[in-house]
Amino acid sequence: MVAEKARVLNLVQAINEALDLALARDERVLVFGEDVGRLGGVFRVTEGLQAKYGEGRVFDTPLAESGILGLAIGLAMGGMRPVAEIQFAGFLYPALDQILSHLGRWRHRSRGWVGLPVVVRAPYGGGVHTPEQHADSPEALLAHTPGIKVVIPSSPERAKGLLLAAIEDEDPVFFLEAIKLYRGVRAEVPEGYYTLPLGRARVVREGKHATLIGYGGMVEVMLEAATVAAKEGVQVMVVDLETLVPLDEDTLLEVVRETGRAVVVYEAMRTGGFGAEIAARIAEGAIDHLQAPVVRVAGYDAPYPPFSAIEHHYRPNARRVLAALRRVLTY
Amino acid sequence: MKPKVIRYLDKGEFPIGEGEALALYRAMRRARFFDEKALLLQRQGRLGVYAPFMGQEAAQVGVALALGEKDFVVPSYRESAMLLARGLPIHTLILYWRAHPAGWRFPEGVRAVNPYIPIATQIPQAVGLALAGRYRGEGWVVATSIGDGGTSEGDFHEGLNFAAVFDAPVVFLVQNNGYAISVPRHRQMRVDYIARRAEGYGIPGVVVDGNDAFAVYLEAKKVVERARRGEGPTLLEALTYRLAPHTTSDDPSRYRTREEEEAWRAKDPILRLRKALEERGLWGVEAEEALLGELEEEFAREVALADQAPEPTPEMMVEHVYAQMGPDQRRAWEALRQGKHVEELW
Repeated sequence: MVAEKARVLNLVQAINEALDLALARDERVLVFGEDVGRLGGVFRVTEGLQAKYGEGRVFDTPLAESGILGLAIGLAMGGMRPVAEIQFAGFLYPALDQILSHLGRWRHRSRGWVGLPVVVRAPYGGGVHTPEQHADSPEALLAHTPGIKVVIPSSPERAKGLLLAAIEDEDPVFFLEAIKLYRGVRAEVPEGYYTLPLGRARVVREGKHATLIGYGGMVEVMLEAATVAAKEGVQVMVVDLETLVPLDEDTLLEVVRETGRAVVVYEAMRTGGFGAEIAARIAEGAIDHLQAPVVRVAGYDAPYPPFSAIEHHYRPNARRVLAALRRVLTY
Repeated sequence: MKPKVIRYLDKGEFPIGEGEALALYRAMRRARFFDEKALLLQRQGRLGVYAPFMGQEAAQVGVALALGEKDFVVPSYRESAMLLARGLPIHTLILYWRAHPAGWRFPEGVRAVNPYIPIATQIPQAVGLALAGRYRGEGWVVATSIGDGGTSEGDFHEGLNFAAVFDAPVVFLVQNNGYAISVPRHRQMRVDYIARRAEGYGIPGVVVDGNDAFAVYLEAKKVVERARRGEGPTLLEALTYRLAPHTTSDDPSRYRTREEEEAWRAKDPILRLRKALEERGLWGVEAEEALLGELEEEFAREVALADQAPEPTPEMMVEHVYAQMGPDQRRAWEALRQGKHVEELW
């Protein structure tokens, strides 16, 4: 499954490679959105693809998010495998009706007759001083919608395999890419076509004293906190959920049972965020193993700040994660 | 300059083949028969909330019969006549309106998708479906339908603009029946003819007398062929009227007059077409009675079929959410199948 050679790539390059391979492998795959063609995307994720596959396979759409999602739904109905880009996850909102009323529901409302193998890619999250509305993390909105899957990779080699799996998947998948990681992480990425299964959480660092649970852009923050904690003799397990829907509850409960203490980290606002779901599942499934309440480290109950000077107060960092760790360790 | 409203009936013109004219009439009469029976079933508690289309048969059937076999219709909730004309079995349609799972999966080969409840959301989807036909080399045309009120929605504009930019083979039928539930057209928009909006997208707009089956059918044929030739989408506005309430839960006497309704009843598309057929000696009392007899028989048979559908089971709720059940659906499915709720499984 995994090809032999590996090169060091960043997240943008890894995703670009996945799209390239998907376009080459399956004629039904189409890549479209605002500015993805000639420009190659505002983050250059689709760079070079239009030149290679032509304007029929990789194309720019009018500036209309609901139209893009509606187009993707219709194309999938007709047997294509669309991969749509929404330029920023905070711009998904005009398309929510298409997502909530249709993309997630068509299979169910047609009793399995109309399945929609659509992938929607969208950059999300903060940490790079973007303007207003460009740093939102709407994953909980999506995860709360039946019928769609939500995948958030945290590294280039995972992103490539997960995106290819998402494109092969028969259901709609939202593939959220942390903007902070686009050029901020580099890793060895195997060459060639490979997929990684959706719906599995993975332990990225072992530890016995407490568990940190998060995804996407928060994985490196959790690892940073774990490294600091290790210097103080505290061994912290770090879990990357990777797929929010379907959630790998088995792994989640297993790791919490091992350490008895859990901190959930996410950069969306706290109330009703996906971390609340994680905390609730832990309470339902592993309360007997808990030695402290589950603590959330999240954004504040306010819009993501458009003022870059104070952004770092909103977006969880290692310091806040360490404070939360202290709370669960000293409870 | 006002657009010309295309009309043939009541002027003594007979611009189509006799066989086609009879097919139009039969399909319209059959649809009306269904609509009347559906209202009765609803009142007997044997149908859920139902959206009647009475008065709009020419618009719906005219477009449906103008399509080729491989073409698709993407309907909204008032397009039962269109679905029937496209070959959706009556019992499936009854089950659909009973909100029975068996009516939500259309039989293979019916080139129509389930009716849309949210307004205008089908418009960009129809464009995608049309483009898929082009990618796959199948060249199917998509006809999608919306009411006058629906044209105020953002998705209508996004969809038409997309279709124009991509030269998508789509026919956008606007059934302008004068009301968005209770809000009259002039409180909905400031344009006199919705077809005028086509110019804003750079596509043709056509206005037809929507109660004139000849006009709808002939214009629909033209624009379907235009789309098939790769010349892009058309906005087809059919001026019509819904003689019945918005749905079985609506009371139109609160927002429109009996005089207005009577005036439109006189323009009933079925009566107008029947008159034209009779004048040409193609139809009469005997033919009508024979047709009604056939329809009565067919309907009784189809209702019986619908009644035979087994009661839905609770675990059906969590089926078909995904191609394969995820762990959360699986656990709920097990519980429901055992006659329990999911909390009882822990």
